[in-house]
Amino acid sequence: MNATEPEAAGAARQAPGPSAPPAVRTDGVTVRYGEVLALEDVTLSVGRGRICGLLGANGSGKSTLFTAIMGLTAAESGSVRILGADPAAARKRGLVGYVPQSEQVDWAFPVRVSDVVMMGRYGRMGPARRPRRADRAAVAQALERTGLSDLAHRQIGALSGGQRKRAFVARGIAQGARVFLLDEPFAGVDKRSEATITEVLSGMRDEGHTLLVSTHDLAGVPDLCDEAVLLQHRLLAHGPPTDVLTPQRLLEAFGIAAHAEGSAA
Amino acid sequence: MNLLAEFFAVPLQFDFMQRALLVSVVAGVVCALLSCWMTLTGWSLLGDAVSHAVLPGVVLSYLLGLPFAVGALVFGAGSVALIGAVNRTSRIKEDAAIGIVFTAMFGIGVVLISRIPSQTDLMHILFGNVLGVSDSEIVQILAMAALTLAVVLAKHRDLTLYAFDPVHAHAIGLSPRRLEALLLALLSVTVVVALQAVGIILVVAMVVIPGATAYLLTDRFERMLAIAAAVSATASVLGTYASFHADIATGGAIVVAQACGFVLAYLFAPRHGVLARRLRRTPVRTG
Repeated sequence: MNATEPEAAGAARQAPGPSAPPAVRTDGVTVRYGEVLALEDVTLSVGRGRICGLLGANGSGKSTLFTAIMGLTAAESGSVRILGADPAAARKRGLVGYVPQSEQVDWAFPVRVSDVVMMGRYGRMGPARRPRRADRAAVAQALERTGLSDLAHRQIGALSGGQRKRAFVARGIAQGARVFLLDEPFAGVDKRSEATITEVLSGMRDEGHTLLVSTHDLAGVPDLCDEAVLLQHRLLAHGPPTDVLTPQRLLEAFGIAAHAEGSAA
Repeated sequence: MNLLAEFFAVPLQFDFMQRALLVSVVAGVVCALLSCWMTLTGWSLLGDAVSHAVLPGVVLSYLLGLPFAVGALVFGAGSVALIGAVNRTSRIKEDAAIGIVFTAMFGIGVVLISRIPSQTDLMHILFGNVLGVSDSEIVQILAMAALTLAVVLAKHRDLTLYAFDPVHAHAIGLSPRRLEALLLALLSVTVVVALQAVGIILVVAMVVIPGATAYLLTDRFERMLAIAAAVSATASVLGTYASFHADIATGGAIVVAQACGFVLAYLFAPRHGVLARRLRRTPVRTG
C-alpha cells in the first residue's frame, strides 16, 4: 500500500470546493464540569464525506466532545461550527444525527422500530408531528437502507445489539442528517453485526455524509475510518489512523496500556 | 342478571351519584393518560410531591373564598419550580429536593388547617369528597380536564420523544427543557383535576397505577394510553359504585380498584406478567 495514496484521496475529498466549510469545526473548545476539566482547548476540523474515529480512554471527554458539538453542554470558551453554520441553526435544519450509547437508551420503552425512525422526521413535521406520505416514505427508505424493513414492527428492545444501532442510524437517515455523531456504535455488538454496521456507515460516507465515531475498538479503526482523533481531555493527535495509532501515542492516551508496558519491562 | 342491573341502575337515580361518576371518570381518564409518561420518565415520586404540595394552596383558596383550583395550581406549579431550583442551585440531589419541598409544603398546609374551626371540609381535601362535589367544582374540573386532554392530544408525540430520547429532541432543534416544563405543567393540572375524586393523599395513585398497569400489558405506546384510560375509568366506576353500596370512602375504593387491576396485570399479563415470565423461563432451564 502506498502511504501517500490515501492521503491524497482524503485531501481531495476533504475539499469539495474552495469555499465549502468543514463538516465539523471546533475552535479552542474548553468544557468544565465544576472543578473537573473535561475538554481543554480542543481545536478540530473534520472534512465532509469522512469517517473520523474518536479514540480515548473512558472519561477522556469523547462523549463531552459530542455534547459540546451538539450544543447540549455549554463550552466555557471556544466555538463550534457545523457545515459552516451555527450549531443551533444546524440543529433546526436537521443536519445533525445522533446515535446514542446503548446504556443511554431505555430498551423496554414501548416504541416500535418504525416509531423510533419516525422520530427523525419530527423536526420537519407540523406541531402535532402527524406523519405525512413523505415522512412514511423516508422512514421506509431508511429502514430499507439499514436492512431493517422486516423488523419495522418489532419493539425496539426485541432487536439484537447490531440491529439496535442500525435503527438509530436509520433515524438519522430519515432525518436527512449530513453529520452523524455515533457514540460507541460497536459496543456490545458481535463481529458479524459489526461488519454490517461498517458497511452501512461506509456507504453513507461514500454519499457524502460525515461520521464522527467514538470507539474503544482500536482494531477496527483502520478498516472503518479515514482519519482518527486521539483524545485525553486535550487533542493528542489527529490524522490518518496509521499515524495516530502508534504505540507511543496509545500509551499516552490509555493509562492501562502504559501500566502493562511498565510491568512487562 | 337482575341483581347486576340493579347494582348499576339504582344509584343512577340519585343526582349526586351521576355527578360523582362524571367527576371520577373524567379525573380517572386524564390522570391515566399522564400516568403513562410518568411511568416511562420515572417521575412517579414527583407526582406524589406535587399532590402533597397543593395542600396549602387548597386551604388558602378556602380561606380566601377562591376557587380551589386557583390555589392548588399556584402551589402545584410553584413546588415543581422550587424542586428544580433547589436541585440546580445547590448540591442537593433531586430525590432529596423533592422530599424536602413536598413535606415542607404539606407541613404548611397542616399548620394552616389547624387554625381553621371547621374540620369537615379539610377531611374532604385530604381524602376527597366526590359524592358532595358542587356545581362550580364540576365546572373547574371539566375545564381543566378539557384543557389537559387538548394539549395531550396535540403534543403526545413530542412528549413521548422527550421521554424516550431527549438528546435527539435537542439534536433536531426541539427544546427538551420546554417539553419537560410542559409535562410538569400537565402533571400539576392533572393532580388538581383528581383532587376532588380521591383527595390529596391518594391522588398519586391515579397518576402512577394506570400507566404502570398498561405498561405490563403492551409494547406499543398508543395502546398503553388507551389501556391506561380504560383501566382507570373502570376503576373509577367500580370504586364509586362500591362506595355507594357498601358505604365506604369513595377515593379509597377507587384506588383499591386501581390496585386490583394492577395486581391482575402483574400476575397475568400475557408477556410481561409474573406467571408468563415463569412459564417462559422454566422450559429453558430444564432443557
